[in-house]
Amino acid sequence: MKSSDMPFDTLFQRLFPTHVIANPHYRSLARNMVLIIISVSMVPMIVVSSTLYLQFRHSYREKVNDHLSELVQKHKQNIDNFLQERLTDIRLMAARNGYHRLRDEVILKRNLELLQQEYGSVFVDLGVVDADGRQVAYAGPFKLAEANYADADWFKQALKHDQVISDVFLGLRGLPHFIVAAQSVENGSPWILRATIDFVFFNNLVDNIRIGSTGLAFILNREGRLQTTPGLRPSASGVPEAAVLQRLWGVMSAGTGDVRIALQEDSRGVENIYAGAFLKGGSWLLIYQQSAEDAFADLHWSFMITTLIMAVGAASIFLMAFALSRVIVIRSAKADEEKKLMNQKVVETGKLASIGELAAGVAHEINNPVAIMVEEAGWIGDLLEEKEFQDSKNLEEFKRALAQIQTQGRRCKDITFKLLSFARKTTATVQEIQINYVIEDLVALSAQRTKFSMVEVKTELGEGLPMVRVSISELQQVFLNLINNAVDAMGNKGGRLTLSTRSQNGFVVVDVADTGCGIPAANLSRIFDPFFTTKAVGKGAGLGLSICYGIINKLGGRIEAASTVDVGTTFSVYIPAAKSD
Amino acid sequence: MSLAKVLFVDDEVPFVEALTKRLTKRDLEIIPAYSGEEAIKKLAEQASTEVVILDVKMPGMDGIETLGEIKKKFPLVEVIMLTGHATVESAIEGMKLGAFDYLMKPCEIDQLVSKVREAAAKKRQHEEKIMQARLKEITMRRA
Repeated sequence: MKSSDMPFDTLFQRLFPTHVIANPHYRSLARNMVLIIISVSMVPMIVVSSTLYLQFRHSYREKVNDHLSELVQKHKQNIDNFLQERLTDIRLMAARNGYHRLRDEVILKRNLELLQQEYGSVFVDLGVVDADGRQVAYAGPFKLAEANYADADWFKQALKHDQVISDVFLGLRGLPHFIVAAQSVENGSPWILRATIDFVFFNNLVDNIRIGSTGLAFILNREGRLQTTPGLRPSASGVPEAAVLQRLWGVMSAGTGDVRIALQEDSRGVENIYAGAFLKGGSWLLIYQQSAEDAFADLHWSFMITTLIMAVGAASIFLMAFALSRVIVIRSAKADEEKKLMNQKVVETGKLASIGELAAGVAHEINNPVAIMVEEAGWIGDLLEEKEFQDSKNLEEFKRALAQIQTQGRRCKDITFKLLSFARKTTATVQEIQINYVIEDLVALSAQRTKFSMVEVKTELGEGLPMVRVSISELQQVFLNLINNAVDAMGNKGGRLTLSTRSQNGFVVVDVADTGCGIPAANLSRIFDPFFTTKAVGKGAGLGLSICYGIINKLGGRIEAASTVDVGTTFSVYIPAAKSD
Repeated sequence: MSLAKVLFVDDEVPFVEALTKRLTKRDLEIIPAYSGEEAIKKLAEQASTEVVILDVKMPGMDGIETLGEIKKKFPLVEVIMLTGHATVESAIEGMKLGAFDYLMKPCEIDQLVSKVREAAAKKRQHEEKIMQARLKEITMRRA
């Protein structure tokens, strides 16, 4: 498993964005997708192509074999006929002339000339041999009169079988030739008329069988020796070695039919196709040899083309598999990311909503006890006005303490009121307004404070913004909160506050950007939580942004905050544009 | 002689008690009631009641409902609403239904007293006008 994963992983790391492929979920998704695409496309392609190719190869080989068989069959008949005819010529001559006439070398010479007139140089010489193997008469170019053939193979055969066509041998003359001999009987004792067949002529007869560039024909005898000398052409594969030739005889004997086909490898590893047919009553074997590569050249080509098409197809499948899964994985990663963000927002909204409800409940419950405490304190104050207490030395101290109770009670009230306005759901007086007017009013309203804090206020108000349906007082509350926060964030060093308005996707967006201290990332997700504050105790209740959030959320909008520490913070308030109807 | 006869309605008993003491000290005659139903009953018993101080948020019959009932049965009685939280909406609704004014809880005692005075004065003015109208009618009849 590990070893097969490795190249895949490196490939993925190169092809896919790192942040996507680093996730094991996406890695296995991509891998599975690639594997499925490749296997689904490759398997049918391979099956179809190889089936077609194998089918084609089978029929093509059959065709080639048929063609070779026909060729060899035809030539076998030609050669057999040729040999048979020469034998018949000799037999005829022996029968017509008889032993005594032919012993006369003049007559013998005359006969040779007749044969040569008829057949050209096929017959080299003629000889009359008596029963003891002595050549009693000779006509021909060699000085072979009186030669003794008693030990010659062909002579023995001729005595035995009446007629013979010998194998090729060097004989007394020292040149390759073969002999056609026929036996006749004169006065009870046999005599033999023999003729030598021109080797070159016979050789050409065989050697002319040629097709393709590596075709080669030759004849073997029982011992596996060559009976012809194949004329070698530069491109032809060489004549097989003796071992191969001997094996061929065995292979062909084992075959059936007129022409036997066999594939054999020679010693150089070249595969040859051999077509063989037996001649001369089974004592010779006509072999046609051609290299398989040459014979099946077309097959070779179609194999190359099939392979090429397969390779191109496979390459494009691989490419597509990777490209496709890349697109899908990147898209799904993006979709997941978006979903995660959305979930985060939903959770945040839900959290704020439940906090809001809790806060409202608490505020309600706290409000009445606080009111009672304040009233009771007031009652004590009232009682202190009575004459009997006027002389008490702690009167001033009592009054101070009561005043403090009243003040703190009012503080409690302020907090509960703010909490309630964060959570309240009912709508205040709503009207359609142009947001730019609200912003301009607010800039004027907070001019005193910003001037005092050395804050430069800049407005970039978009033109032709859609109207918004809001409660002006609520909206003022939101932006006053944001402006106050911005001014606080810039401290006493001052800075620049930019208020800009724009229209985006059916929302009117107000950006409140400061150049203040910024909000650390850890706090950024909590700024809208009620009571979350970084100000000193007593300086702020941590409800400002919660109220803003509550108000804008109620309007169907949203607030987003982006911040960089020591650079500044931008709050973007999205308010849905009023429907124009 | 008290400045005015006031029916104080709130479900928070200690709140009612404390304010009753304080307002009594400021020469107001206070009749406490602890629910909307009780307020209607007491108003029927004490016909001379001039002003009602009414808490908006109460269990059972709430402030707005009670206000409607009071205005239906005793149209001349003036009502000051006490709202637990400063929702402009409930205040506006109360004013629409004929409340004299509204105050936020907890409120300044002096502010409350002055509002009661104003309300009582308005009521007396109303009654005066009605009286004069009746007198006129009688004199007209004589003539």
